[in-house]
Amino acid sequence: MHPAYSVILFTTASGAGYGLLFWLSLGIQIGYFAGDRWQSLAMLVPALALITIGLLSSMLHLGHPERAHRAMSQWRSSWLSREGVAALSTYVPASLMGMIWLLEIDTNFLPALAILAAAGAMITVYCTGMIYASLRTIRHWNLGLVPLFYIAAAATTGALLFLLIQSIFARAPDWVAVTGVAAIAMAMIVKLIYWRTIDGNKGQYTAEMATGLGALGTVRPLDPPHTMPNFVMREMGYKVGRKHARKLRRVAVALAFILPLAMVLLALYSGWPQLPMLALATLSAAIGIVVERWLFFAEAEHVAMLYYGAARA
Amino acid sequence: MTSLPAPSTRKLGLVIDLDICVGCQACATSCKEWNTGGYSAPLSDHDPYGADPSGAWLNRVHSYEVGEGASGQTVHFPRSCLHCEEPDCVTVCPTGASFKRAEDGIVLVNPDTCIGCKLCSWACPYGAREYDHDDGVMKKCTLCVDRIYNETLAEEDRVPACVKACPTGARAFGDLGDPKSEVSKNVATRGGFSLLEEFGYKPVNRYLPPRPRRDGHSAPVNVPVEAIPAADNSVAEKLFAWADRVLSR
Repeated sequence: MHPAYSVILFTTASGAGYGLLFWLSLGIQIGYFAGDRWQSLAMLVPALALITIGLLSSMLHLGHPERAHRAMSQWRSSWLSREGVAALSTYVPASLMGMIWLLEIDTNFLPALAILAAAGAMITVYCTGMIYASLRTIRHWNLGLVPLFYIAAAATTGALLFLLIQSIFARAPDWVAVTGVAAIAMAMIVKLIYWRTIDGNKGQYTAEMATGLGALGTVRPLDPPHTMPNFVMREMGYKVGRKHARKLRRVAVALAFILPLAMVLLALYSGWPQLPMLALATLSAAIGIVVERWLFFAEAEHVAMLYYGAARA
Repeated sequence: MTSLPAPSTRKLGLVIDLDICVGCQACATSCKEWNTGGYSAPLSDHDPYGADPSGAWLNRVHSYEVGEGASGQTVHFPRSCLHCEEPDCVTVCPTGASFKRAEDGIVLVNPDTCIGCKLCSWACPYGAREYDHDDGVMKKCTLCVDRIYNETLAEEDRVPACVKACPTGARAFGDLGDPKSEVSKNVATRGGFSLLEEFGYKPVNRYLPPRPRRDGHSAPVNVPVEAIPAADNSVAEKLFAWADRVLSR
């Protein structure tokens, strides 16, 4: 599948934003930020900024961005629509929390809003994953591991941002860093299982099934229907990255998981200043997750390519 | 709207005869010609006369080589939307622009509400939907919904443009939900099939297989001259044998 940069930016940036919102809300829930509204705002603002940048980027991907509001209507059947509804709904508790801190409102609603924001963030990221996982035409995506990884990746990048911002104010407590380490480890395990799974599945559909001509023998393209690639080939037949896939997988694992893991552990136990190490960890994870997301698209094969010379899909 | 309607008894669709399709592309060009001014208008092209032409077409004609060696054959293979009964291209649509008509089963895109997210094209295993980069919306076969019910056209013209254009009669249009229709009967006699049945979208369009070859679908046999059964020694046989020798020189 063609890796559109707008969609890569959308899924990675909004994922990190929702991840940060999730950890922030969880922190509020357990009373971690008691009284420190500036610290809470310092996390909420970048979270909402990342979410908004991501959503705007996904709108730029549309042919008619001005009609985007229509995408809220079909939540009964469409995961994309559900994601839109979940994304907009999550703004409500998140912005209310922001207003409470900004205007110093004395209220007991904060924990309830935090629960809603955390749930909204998790549900939105799950819906993002399900947009891809619901497509049976793409066996690399049609897996329960896909939404699981989207959640794990959001938790990883969100936890690193949480630790980074926390370290600006004060040394991050150990238990906060441990959640970050756990998120990174889980994301890495899920991704490794994911790659193992897709490598073991060569596809159950053949060109013979696609054309219905199997009884006559093997089917091979003779004359193409058009002289140059059409939309279907450009969108669904993207092959550029596949020969470098193995190398890029190693790059993604090193940058997204291993280096951040090492940096977070160093920040915890070395006694050196935490900020530069956590900044490096976050930057590394950001690049690593972008590489991972690019691969997620570039490695995915579409059944329609059976009509264009693929033997199996 | 994006949820599928209850199954209709009328299932309008195409039946394509792979035995007589000659791959002339007339169906594809007439489709483009009609639909660039019809329901799907425009069907934009990019660099149409340049080095890298591309554009939105609703019908594509492949040519495949099938089988091995001397028993191999060329099969011309038109491919367009199959107007499936249970397609995800409809249900994934976030706006309701992609829909299946309850009355006749035609799958359409409403060009006024499509946001151009392309998700429906990702959900189609047949590669039947093509995005129009100029128009910013998804395009697909409309089964010429603006012809088949069009009372301003002469009655014989109320068929899809591709069917009307086919010079060999390889394309037929009709109600595949009615077992007594001409197309359904043809599908039954010829052993018509649908594409990628295993996928489960329940396509409506049917394809008729190439007929078995007259030589029994085997390699041509080069029978050595010696092996020709010895003829009886009639005058006629001697004459034929002499003619054969002369003509073989």
